[in-house]
Formats: sequence, C-alpha cells, structure tokens
Amino acid sequence: MKFALFQGCNIPARLEQYADATQAVLSKLDIELIEIADFNCCGYPARNTNYRAFVLSAAKNLAEAERAGLDMLVMCKCCYGSLKKAAYILSQDQDLKAGINQSLKKEKLEYKNSIQVKHLLSVLYHDVGIKRLKSSIANTYSGLQIAVSYGCHALRPSIITGFDDPVSPRIFDELVELTGAFSVEWARKLDCCGAPLTGVNDQLAMDMARNKISSATEAGASFICTACPYTHLQFDAVQSGLVSNPETQDPIAPILYPQLLGLCLGIEEKILGIGENKIDLSSISSFLMTE
Amino acid sequence: MFDYLFYASLAIFLLGFIYKISTWFTRHIGVFGNDTSTIKRILSAAKGIIHVIFSRRAISLLETFFLDVLFQRRVLRENAVRWLAHMLIFYGFMLLLLMHALENVVSEAIFSDYYSTVNPFFFLRDFFGAMVLAGVILAALRRYISKPQRLKTSRVDHYAIIILAVIMLSGIGLEGLKIVSYSEFQRMVEDYAGMDDEEEIQALEAVWVRDYGIVSPNLREPFEDDLIETGQEAHASNCMDCHASSKWAFNGYALAKVIKPVALWLDKIDSITLVWYIHIIACFIGLAYLPFSKMFHIIATPVSLLANKVMDPTTSSPANILTRQIIELDACTHCGSCSLHCSAAMIYEAIGNEYILPSEKMAFLKELASGKKLSESQSAAIREGVYLCTNCDRCTVRCPSGIRLKELWYSVREELVASEAPLTHVLSPYSFARGLIIQHGISADKYIHPIEAARQTVAGRFEKLINPEMAIPLNARSSLDPQLTIGDQTYSQCFSCQSCTVVCPVVGNYEHPEQVLGLLPHQIMCCLALGLTEMASGARMIWDCLTCYKCQENCPQQVEVCDVLYRLKNIAVEKADIN
Repeated sequence: MKFALFQGCNIPARLEQYADATQAVLSKLDIELIEIADFNCCGYPARNTNYRAFVLSAAKNLAEAERAGLDMLVMCKCCYGSLKKAAYILSQDQDLKAGINQSLKKEKLEYKNSIQVKHLLSVLYHDVGIKRLKSSIANTYSGLQIAVSYGCHALRPSIITGFDDPVSPRIFDELVELTGAFSVEWARKLDCCGAPLTGVNDQLAMDMARNKISSATEAGASFICTACPYTHLQFDAVQSGLVSNPETQDPIAPILYPQLLGLCLGIEEKILGIGENKIDLSSISSFLMTE
Repeated sequence: MFDYLFYASLAIFLLGFIYKISTWFTRHIGVFGNDTSTIKRILSAAKGIIHVIFSRRAISLLETFFLDVLFQRRVLRENAVRWLAHMLIFYGFMLLLLMHALENVVSEAIFSDYYSTVNPFFFLRDFFGAMVLAGVILAALRRYISKPQRLKTSRVDHYAIIILAVIMLSGIGLEGLKIVSYSEFQRMVEDYAGMDDEEEIQALEAVWVRDYGIVSPNLREPFEDDLIETGQEAHASNCMDCHASSKWAFNGYALAKVIKPVALWLDKIDSITLVWYIHIIACFIGLAYLPFSKMFHIIATPVSLLANKVMDPTTSSPANILTRQIIELDACTHCGSCSLHCSAAMIYEAIGNEYILPSEKMAFLKELASGKKLSESQSAAIREGVYLCTNCDRCTVRCPSGIRLKELWYSVREELVASEAPLTHVLSPYSFARGLIIQHGISADKYIHPIEAARQTVAGRFEKLINPEMAIPLNARSSLDPQLTIGDQTYSQCFSCQSCTVVCPVVGNYEHPEQVLGLLPHQIMCCLALGLTEMASGARMIWDCLTCYKCQENCPQQVEVCDVLYRLKNIAVEKADIN
C-alpha cells in the first residue's frame, strides 16, 4: 500500500516525533509513504477569515495527490476535516469548482475528485486491519489505562468526514485495546480539546483542556492518547503551561497513537520520540510486558 | 582618469562597507532585544565571538564554512541548476577578480612569468568569463523565461543580473574589438616588436590577418606563401613569446568572427575606447554600489550562516539575536526559495497580498529596519501579510542563506500587531503559534492587545443584545448582502429546539452564557431567519465557537450551524476590511 503523506504545518515545525513515529510504524506494516514537497497548508487556519483561501488551499493539496495518483494519509484531524470539507464543497458547488480549477491551472493542476482522504487511524483500522496489527505486535501493555481523544474535526460533521460513528465511535478504542491497554470510558471523550481557540481566547481554550484532563483523570487514565498535532500540543505544551499554575491538577501526559503502537511493535523509544514531550511520558514503558 | 574613477569607487565602497557593518549594530527590528544600546550590542557580539572561538563549537564553524559557504550545499539542496549557476558566477567572478582585475597586486606577485596575453592566463581569463556568463544566463533564464510561480523579480534582482552581464559582455566585447583592430596591431608592433622594415611588418600583418583575426584595411587574403613565411619568422621572433594565439581567447575570438564585416568601421570610430570605458565604469559601479546592492550578501550571508550555526534562540543573548537578525536582512538574496515553498502560497493566490510571501516580507523588512515610513495602505497590507502565516517553518528550513525567518516573523509580527489598527485575522487559528510560543515571551498586556482590538472591530451592535431592558428591532434588516453559499441557507430549517445551544461546550462553559457570548447558537439561526445578518455576525459567540461541530451533528433539522458561524465570521472580516 502506498499513500501521499500529508503532515500539514504543525507537525514538521513543532511535533516532528509524530511524523517519525508514524513513518516507523507504517514501514513495519509495509505501507509506503510518499512525501510531496508541493503540499501546502490544508486551508484550516483560513476558514475563519476567507472562504476562498480555505477552499483553494485544500484543493491544491487534493490536486497534488491526484497528480501523484495517490490517496492521502493525513495525520492531523484538523487538516483531515478541512480537506474532507473542501472536497465536499467542491462536489456540491460546480461554479466554485470551476473557479478553483481556473486558479489551479496556473499551478498546472486540476482537481477532478479522484482520490480519497484518509486519516492515519482509518488507514490503520480499515486498510491494515486489526487482525494484521495484532499479529505484528511483539509486546503488549498490562494494566495500562488510556483515555482516547477522538478529535472533533475527524468525527464531525460525520456526513462529510465519514470517520466513525459520531455518537459512539469505536475505531480509536479498538486500536488502543489491541495493544493490551484498556480504553477507559470518559465523559469528555468526544469533546473539543480547546486548540482552535489557543491564541484567540486562551482562557476558554484552557477551560476546555482542563475539563478534558480532569475527566480523563477521574476515569482513571494514565495517559491521553492523541492522533492530532493540535490536540497533542494542547495537552502537552499548553497543559505544561497550566501545570506551572498551582491551582491546576496533576498533569496527565499525552501520547501519540503511533508512539503507543510503536513500542508494541518493538520500535525503539528514541525513534518514536518518547523523550520529546514537554510532559514526561517515559513511564509508559513500565507498562510494557516483554515476552 | 582610470585612477580617479578607481579611487573614487573604492572610497565609496569602503565607506559604504563600514556604514553597512555599523547598521548591524544600530538598526532595530521587531520587539525582542530592542532596548539594548549600540555599544552593548557590539560588546555582546564580541563576547559571543570570543566565547565561540575558544570553545568546541569553533570546529563546527569550519564545517559550515566549507560546506555551506564554499560548497554552498544549501543551494544545492534547493536546486542543482541554481547551485550550478551560483557556483559558476561566484567562482568565475572571484577568479577573474583575483587574476584579471587585480593582476598588478595578485597575479604578478604569485606568478613571476605572469603576462595577461600568455597562456594559461590568456585562456583562463576567457574561461572564467565564460563561467560567469553561463551562470548569469542560467539566472536570467530562471528570472525571465522559466519564471516559477510566485518567484518575484524586483529592482534588486534586475540590477544584479544587469551589472554582471554588462561587465562580462563589455569585457568580451573589448577583447573581440582588440582582436580585429588594425590600429591595435599597429600599436603593439610599435610598442613591443621593435621592427622597422616595412615589408617585414606587412608580412607579419598578413600572418595576423590570416591566423589571428585582424581585419586590415591594406591586406586581403589569400596571401602568397613567401609573404606568410616571412611573416611567421617575424612573428616567431617578435610576438610569439608574449602573445598566445588569439584563438585561446575563445569568447573574444568568436565575437571577432561575428564583427569581421564591420571591423574596419568599428576601428575607425575608436570603439575600443568606448567599450573600455563601459567595462571599467561598470566594474567601478559594481564596486561602489556593492554594499548597497544585494551583492552585499557576499559578506552578510557567510556571517549569517556562521552565526546561525552557533546561535540558539534559547541560549543566545537577545542583543546578539537582534544583531543577527539585522545581518540576516542583508544576507537575504531575494532568491525566492522561501516563497516557492511557502505553505500559505494558495492563501496568497486567493487574497493577492504579496506580503504573504516570505521573500517579499524580507524585502519590506529591509526598508522597515532602515527607518522608512509606511503609507497607510502599505502598513495594513504588511500587517495582514505577516499574520497570514501558518508557522510551518518551511521558509527557515529551506533558506539557502540559513536565515531564521520564523524568528523574524515572530518578532516583527508583535511589532506590527501592537499598532492601533486592528487585524481581524488574529481571531483565527493563524494565532495558534502565537498562543503557544509567543505568549510566554511578552507581557500579558501586549499579548492581549491585538486580540481585544480585533474583537472590538468585529463586535456588532451589542447594546440591544446585552441589555435585557431593550427590545430588539426585528425590522432592522441588514443592508449587507449575506453572501451565503452552499448549505448556509439551512438556517431557515431551524425550529428553535435549542439542541445546538444545549450541546455547545462553549455555552456550557459559562454560568450566564448570553452575557459573555451575546447570542447563543439557536438565537443566531433565528436572527438569520429574520434577516438580521449584521446582528448575528456581531455576536461574540461566532468568534468563541470552537468549531467542534457538535451543534451541527446534533441538529434534528440538519441546520449546518457550525458552517453558518464560519460564514458569518467571513462576512464580519470582509466588512471590517472594507471599513
């Protein structure tokens, strides 16, 4: 299997370990990732202020992947939502599509709607499959309680994103549980992490993060598992800002899903970037049973 | 004349050079480290340099010097053809400068048998010239013919290409004219040959006409064998030792072939003198203007590369970082790599503001640092451009001059958003990096100011909403065309069940949400149904929307609540921009 890897802007700049861990995990599973240098912003930051800038940015990426003849593997939930939304808009609004293609002509591109946009978790769940993943696992966790954070822009609007059941999703839970960890039920599992308002309304953004953190802690989780750079940075960098504030609760470290899975596949901690977090997650390996 | 011109341009060069170096310590950019005096900055730089020299890091500098400065591997990583062009120009020009332009000082000192008309020097001069010319042609092809998308070519780039082209072409022109020139032949016979036998001179002339490209007003080919034989003897004893065959000067010789039909006329009008003036004046202009042109990167780029190798944003002193950033402005060659890879490229294409492109921001920052006053429209454009950045750091990773552009953006962005005029883009995920990284480096007041200013701008007529005593006039239809697109009309399906408001995590976060948010999601849908677009787009709720889509997912009537809020934000921004 082969995909065009879409990292977006945050991962190369601020969360390189997500890309490293993903590459390491997927190469073990015989998935080839092609880097397309001409990919640009998914359009997400422009959605608030300029509709056309958003659609054009997204469409350029879709058209680049089409030119390469590859489906896209997206690592960020916000990029995923943005690309899916743009593809949907372009399938509905033919006038806009014509205008966007007019602009893409200058880039020697055309968007035809011939490729699929998939999130990393969907690829692991649907394309690789739970069975294959289970058979690849060398070590499993024992006694590890994980709170999975689904990510709004992958789940909703479900009619467009088609990621999982928006009310009771299972994909992420099952992916976590195949590692031997237990995926806890927690009230704020499907809630927003607050990242969209970091830098805009920091108080509200932190309230959202704090709500999720206490909910995960109450449910007995040792880590929050993420598969989105915004969510991860919100729980890592932003939470570590909260920690310095004495009023806040004990921190709960976020772990990226490919890091969690990677350790079970026998990939070294260093390659997975376990040490790159601001909030220490090195205790994760103590849950690992080596056979 | 030559001497006057030379010394004048050398003086301008030296003064300009000193001036430019001094600006590295006097100019300011952005908000960080701005309170340090020039003296402190010089001392701090000296301290930093001494520190590095006597540490292990000095070795890593050698690596940078050889691989990045001399071998230019960062350019190679960008593009092999661009690297070739740059290497050809850089090494061709440097070698020409040392061997040819500075022959009195360099070549004659190193080679005791140096003579410009003797091989290998005679050939090498043309070879180096051909190197530079080939490089300039490649650069010109990129700038004027292949023109990659979003590569901007400005005055500074035209100048660099033109000055190099004029120097090279006039040099070759001069050579070609000298090869065909009969009067040049006469002068050289007089000066060097010491021959007085007219017949012998004529025989020599015949040889030079036949073999070396001279166009004579007296002699025409074919020549008799006897004459040639006599001429060759004269050539062997008078010329050959000090003058290689003009064919070795292959550029000039090729040109000589081309101009042969008009050679006599060119000689008559003394075109050699004219072209000689063009050549040396172009050289002197190049020298005098170097500190003020982008050619100054010859000095600034290596300094920037070396400084960046040993400096670190977390450990280096703010004074040194500021100084380095001013050097970086000089190190920028406007090569366009940053803009070619910019993640915001399509945002630029959609909006059309050139300042979104990093290369154009850099060009602007040079002017800003030099104290240029901005017009109102320019100032608005640059504020927007510097903010519409997705903070992906690709410009920094790609820059062949090793400039840490992202740090410049961070610093300058704060300077620009601190101004009175608000920027609505602050209220979007473009601000994520600012919240994540910058927030902790500046005061709370400075951090919050642009956010509050933007909120003020997009805030609607709130009084009637906040004050429960006042009635909301339902006939206040907006004059603004709602410009709603696909799906947005779904607000008309709303039957006010309030599901959206009930599931909204933002609403749930406040005890009295309507006081904080103005209108709640279902009220906004209701406003739209009544045609109160302006009121709806003025509610704080739309900017505090987390875009989690819970409202939309839970709506029994398939109202695209979250997308409608997105649309309202777009409308509010458009309206604020018009105002």
